[in-house]
Amino acid sequence: MTVILGQTFTGISIGAVLLLIALGLSLTFGQMNVINMAHGEFIMAGAYTTYVLQKSISSAGISLLVALPVAFLVSGALGALLEWLLIRRLYLRPLDTLLVTWGVSLMLQQLARDIFGAPNVQTRAPDWLTGNITVIGGDDPLTFANSRLFILGLAVAAVVALSLTLRLTPLGRRIRAVVQNRDLAEVSGISTSTVDRTAFFLGSGLAGVAGVALTLVGPIGPTMGTNVIIDAFLVIVVGGIGQLKGTVIVAFVLGVLQSVLEYSTTVSVAKVLVLVAIVAFLQWRPQGLYTLRTRSLV
Amino acid sequence: MNVLKGRSVRAWAGFAGAAVLLFAIAPLALSDFRLGLLAKYLCTAMVAVGICLAWGRGGLLTLGQGVFFGLGGYAMAMHLKIADAGPGNLPDFMQLYGTATELPWWWKPFENPAFALAATVLLPMAVAALLGLFIFRRRVKGAYFAILSQALAAALAIWLIGQQATTGGTNGLTDIQGFFGYSLDDPVNQRMVYFVIAAALLLLMAIARQLINSRYGELLVAVRDSEERVRFLGYDPANVKLVAYVVAAGMAGLAGALFVPAVGIISPALIGIVPSIEFVIGAAVGGRASLVGAVLGAIAVAWAKTALSEEFPAAWTYFQGLLFIVALAFLPGGLASLAVLVRRRKAVERKTAVIPVGEAA
Amino acid sequence: MSSGSSGSRSSRVPRRGFLAVGAALTAVVTLSACGAKTDAAGSSSDKAAKIDVSGDTVKVGLLNSLSGTMAISEVTVRDSLKLAIDEINASGGVLGKKIKPISEDGASDWPTFAEKAQKLIKEDGVAATFGCWTSASRKAVKPVFEKNKSLLFYPVQYEGLEESPYIFYTGATTNQQIVPALDYLKSKGLKKLYLVGSDYVFPRTANKEIKAYAKANGMTILGEDYAPLGSTEFSTIANKVKASKADAVFNTLNGDSNVAFFKEYKSAGLTAKSMPVVSVSIAEEEVKSIGTQYLAGQLTAWNYYQTTAGAANAKFVKAYKAKYGQDKPTSDPMEAAYTSVYLWKAMVEKAKSFDPEKVKAASDGITFDAPEGKVTVDGASQHVYKTARIGEIGTDGQIKEVWNSGKPVKPDPFLKGYSWASGLS
Repeated sequence: MTVILGQTFTGISIGAVLLLIALGLSLTFGQMNVINMAHGEFIMAGAYTTYVLQKSISSAGISLLVALPVAFLVSGALGALLEWLLIRRLYLRPLDTLLVTWGVSLMLQQLARDIFGAPNVQTRAPDWLTGNITVIGGDDPLTFANSRLFILGLAVAAVVALSLTLRLTPLGRRIRAVVQNRDLAEVSGISTSTVDRTAFFLGSGLAGVAGVALTLVGPIGPTMGTNVIIDAFLVIVVGGIGQLKGTVIVAFVLGVLQSVLEYSTTVSVAKVLVLVAIVAFLQWRPQGLYTLRTRSLV
Repeated sequence: MNVLKGRSVRAWAGFAGAAVLLFAIAPLALSDFRLGLLAKYLCTAMVAVGICLAWGRGGLLTLGQGVFFGLGGYAMAMHLKIADAGPGNLPDFMQLYGTATELPWWWKPFENPAFALAATVLLPMAVAALLGLFIFRRRVKGAYFAILSQALAAALAIWLIGQQATTGGTNGLTDIQGFFGYSLDDPVNQRMVYFVIAAALLLLMAIARQLINSRYGELLVAVRDSEERVRFLGYDPANVKLVAYVVAAGMAGLAGALFVPAVGIISPALIGIVPSIEFVIGAAVGGRASLVGAVLGAIAVAWAKTALSEEFPAAWTYFQGLLFIVALAFLPGGLASLAVLVRRRKAVERKTAVIPVGEAA
Repeated sequence: MSSGSSGSRSSRVPRRGFLAVGAALTAVVTLSACGAKTDAAGSSSDKAAKIDVSGDTVKVGLLNSLSGTMAISEVTVRDSLKLAIDEINASGGVLGKKIKPISEDGASDWPTFAEKAQKLIKEDGVAATFGCWTSASRKAVKPVFEKNKSLLFYPVQYEGLEESPYIFYTGATTNQQIVPALDYLKSKGLKKLYLVGSDYVFPRTANKEIKAYAKANGMTILGEDYAPLGSTEFSTIANKVKASKADAVFNTLNGDSNVAFFKEYKSAGLTAKSMPVVSVSIAEEEVKSIGTQYLAGQLTAWNYYQTTAGAANAKFVKAYKAKYGQDKPTSDPMEAAYTSVYLWKAMVEKAKSFDPEKVKAASDGITFDAPEGKVTVDGASQHVYKTARIGEIGTDGQIKEVWNSGKPVKPDPFLKGYSWASGLS
């Protein structure tokens, strides 16, 4: 029983990490249809931001909390810069965007290597995030890791903030208008290029926040972005492009599926099975879990 | 009719020129090592021929070519490993890592050279057909197709890595000694392998050119540019796409198969997401819709990777990244569009100066 | 009609393009021909590679991943190799010639390693090559060195079961690292083990050996888990390890995965006291990037620590920090790489020649007062006698030795001297 509960929690926490890294993509890829391979490097930028801040702020806890907004701004600015320099020229060519941003990601990785050195760097987690909470005591205790709970909370907060922004603010209305019908939005007086850049800023900023969270569970190094990027894209594709709801559900489903399969088989087998399941699922429902219905034929 | 004739004459002249270059000049001008590298580049160019067809002409985002390249490569390498071991023996790595005393059942057919050779092309084509059949019927397109291909590439690579006892795991199949009875140790035979690869590339280009200039080729471009209209005209775009996808997969498989004797290794590192992207980038840099552009682009990008990393081992990825960015963001038609541009300007200005086309690479 | 009228637009590029094939191919061909070094061994009708000893320098190759996932570890090895070369050059070089290092990037990609190895041997005419980290990269270059009869010095501990006539193994083989670690665990009464490793050759082969050892020594293996290289999600594995209630964990993870594993390990409430982890791929550099808050008290098995006593080590550590920065630690693979250059120098000087065959013939019994202590080359296996050391990671990020083998252990890559290992190779 504790095993089942424990694995479910593990699955949910894996899902929370997935959700956090995919959330930014749901804006840039899901809403704007830009396949940004450098998204992983924006996550990396967030993680390195945490590392740099820890050098000047001695308290691990405070520096972590400060890193959240700072990383959002740093990665967001990088994203807006990328959009202005390159991506705005490429909106009509999705695969070219993929290849160009792949080039960007290569350069950013090398840049990180040259600035921070090739080896991974270390950040200290505050003590209140390294322990765990005992839910069921006894001989076979069920424990939840504090760092995982923190990430879960962060993911939920980010989802709520993003969906409220999209739903309630004027900016969100403009983003949705541009996604649903770019030409009509343009003639209605919305500056679509400004909306694009803002949306890219938000999406990339969320990658930065994910980077801060990843410092709690994984390595901080030049290639940390490439390790997670494909999983993040898969979450969006399976969830259905342009659907926040789909992204959230799929992140948690894939997380639980991965953890259950991992427990009963091995990590490699679980990974292969999950990927094959995704391919099969897309054969059955090529538009993903939820589809955005628009009037366009394409 | 005259136009047609003139074009085919020039095409033949071009082919002849390329053949002279590949078969006479390159072997004379290059050291054995550089010729071996050229053989490797030509293998990526063979993949690019397929990509030109499926992506450049058909608009399919072929981001999983590594899968087909790998299937072809493993099919060939499995046969060569069995042949190296000799009858009744297990390939060296199985003795080292495995516990089995005889070949696994799925290795056995590859003992037969005819089966293995056919499998290098037919296996990738069959996988592509199976995959494409569903995907194109369901009208999966664009980004979905790209990401799905990548998922498949990742899955195959991870699976191969996990089966160390029967696939060599991360190592892949290494230390391949012979190629259908010829020792790969001998530089003369290495040269032969190069010639086989060069001939195969020219053959694939000829096939692709025929396809592109045929009625089917026009239909393919039509599907790329407006799938709905083709459907309204009574054609089934799914079938049109499927053919291009399957042919491209077969070409990638053949390229993988010939890569094995040229380089002597096939490993999961050549299958995953990164190599799949690199295949596409070569074609894109050269010019995806132009056969010659795609082939030259693939060769140029592969060569640039070697040259840059030899010259700047610690900083070459900057240059590589920059090359991709500049070529793709600012030259949507690839370097082939430069050639068109140059030609136009020449026509307008009637200048006689020679402009080196290839040097932009 | 079909291909005539409407095809004209699309086929314009291919038609004229064939002329461009010629021009551009020539460009590519000539350019790459220019890239070739003029002193390269031109025709290779004789199979042994020519070594370029013209002028007052001798070239050696440094083959490490400077980009890709393995760069996190391999860059430090390259730095350490360069330090040794600088020191040797400062004191007069080898046989009167200065060493000229030629660095190539293996890019964490095995076929690239093979390509660069060929380049170093055939184009540059190097006298020897130093480098490689993962077993997969070594397996990829092994045929290249054997075919060209050129030497590779491999500085990383590995899984054994290999003896190439053209490779010198200056890192530990299994009986100098893993077997002593198992002996240590046994002596401490830790008999129920859980095996965690990355999914590639070294962990899988090492675990095969560990299982054979366990069977013969009354130890039990409670579980065995592999994660793909670069995998950073370890919560499930941590759960499994915890549920197994093992006495200790034997960890053969490599690279990034270690960081994620130890963070998860602590989160699961496991500690060095409740369930110690013995790692064979965590050195000072990794300790620095994972953090002592996760690692303090855990065990490692190596042949060298930055804290190893002796004048040779004090000099090495001081020189390394002076060259690369005071905050840079030294580690076992770096030390083995540093030592390998000096061993090659001693072999060359004994042979009075750079010729690989003569160097090989001179190798037996070569000794060097290395930072890890005195090492001796075993000419038969081309491995090195090394002292096995078990260390405990301290809160200061340094590893404190808690046990050593007393004297250098004779290398036994095929574990022939161990009856329990008879079925392995």
